Amino acid sequence: MNISGEDFIKGCSAIGAGLAVIAGIGPGVGQGIAAGHAAAAVGRNPGAKSDVTSTMLLGQAVAETTGLYGLLIAMLLLFVKPLV
Amino acid sequence: MINPLLLSGDVDFMIKGVFSYNCFGHEVWITTTHVCTFIVMLLLVVFAFVAGKAVKKINDDEAPGTFLNIVEMIIEFLDGVISSTMGKNATKFVNYIMTLFFFIFVSNISGLLGLRPPTADYGVTFPLGVITFCLITYNKFKYQKVSGVIKGLCDPWVFWIPINLIGDFAVPVSLSLRLFANILSGCVMMALYYGLLPIFVKIGIPAVLHIYFDLFSGAIQTYVFCMLTMTYISDAIGNE
Repeated sequence: MNISGEDFIKGCSAIGAGLAVIAGIGPGVGQGIAAGHAAAAVGRNPGAKSDVTSTMLLGQAVAETTGLYGLLIAMLLLFVKPLV
Repeated sequence: MINPLLLSGDVDFMIKGVFSYNCFGHEVWITTTHVCTFIVMLLLVVFAFVAGKAVKKINDDEAPGTFLNIVEMIIEFLDGVISSTMGKNATKFVNYIMTLFFFIFVSNISGLLGLRPPTADYGVTFPLGVITFCLITYNKFKYQKVSGVIKGLCDPWVFWIPINLIGDFAVPVSLSLRLFANILSGCVMMALYYGLLPIFVKIGIPAVLHIYFDLFSGAIQTYVFCMLTMTYISDAIGNE
C-alpha cells in the first residue's frame, strides 16, 4: 500500500487534533470544583446567591480558556492544515 | 448553489467570500463576517433609533409603555452591574461597556437568525481586545503616572520585567481568544448537527441546542468579556 507524504501528514494531524482536545479534561475538573464550592457557599449563605453565581461564572469562564486553547489547536490542525 | 450566508445545509462553518472587488490593485473580499456584522449593526441602529424616539416622547402624565419598560429594564440592569464593579469610575466607561455589551450580545445570538455569528471570526474579536488593551494602557499611564507603571513592571524585582510585559500583552489575546473560541465551538457544533443528522431528527431538537450554544453560551461570554474589561480597567486606575 502506498501512502503519500501529504496523506500521512493529514492522518497524523487528525491524531494530533484528537490528542489536543484532551486538554478539555482540566477545565472540566476545574469548573466542577468551582461549581461545587459555589453551591456550598449558597447553601451556607442563601442571601448572597446572585453575587456567588456571578463570581462563579466569571471564574469558570477564565478557567475554560486553557481548554479552548486545546480546541483551537485541534481546529488549526484539522482545517488550516499548517503542516501540509 | 449553497447560500454563503446561511449556517445550515452542509457541514460547513468556514468564512466564505460573498463577492470581491478591486481596491487599488488589491483583490479585497467581502465575506460572510462583513455581511453579518452589517446586519447586526443595522439591528442595533434601528433599536437605538426606536428607543431614542420612545425616550424623547416621555411625559409625566402617562405610564410608560411595554417597549419603554423593557429598555429601562435593560439599561438599569447594565448600569447596576457596571457601577457595582467599577465604583465611582463607572460614569466614564459606561458608554464603552454598554456598546461592547450590545454589539457582542447581538453578534453572539445572531446564530438564532440563521447567520454565522460575526464573533466566530478572529478578525472581529481581536480588535475588540485591542481596544480594551489600549484603554487599559491609557488609563494606567493617566492614573498611575510613568513612575507607577515602571514600579508595577518590576514588581517583585527588576528581572521580572519580561514576565510582567508578557502578562500585560497576553490580556488582549486571551480576552479575544476566549470569546472567539467559545462562539466558534458553538458554531461548529451547530454545523455538525445540521450537516450530519438525517432530516427527520431536525424537528424540534435544534431548539435545545440553539438555546444552549447561542443564547446561554453567548450571554455568558458577553458578560465575561464586559466583566473582565471592567476589572482590568479598574485595576489600571487603581484605588486613589
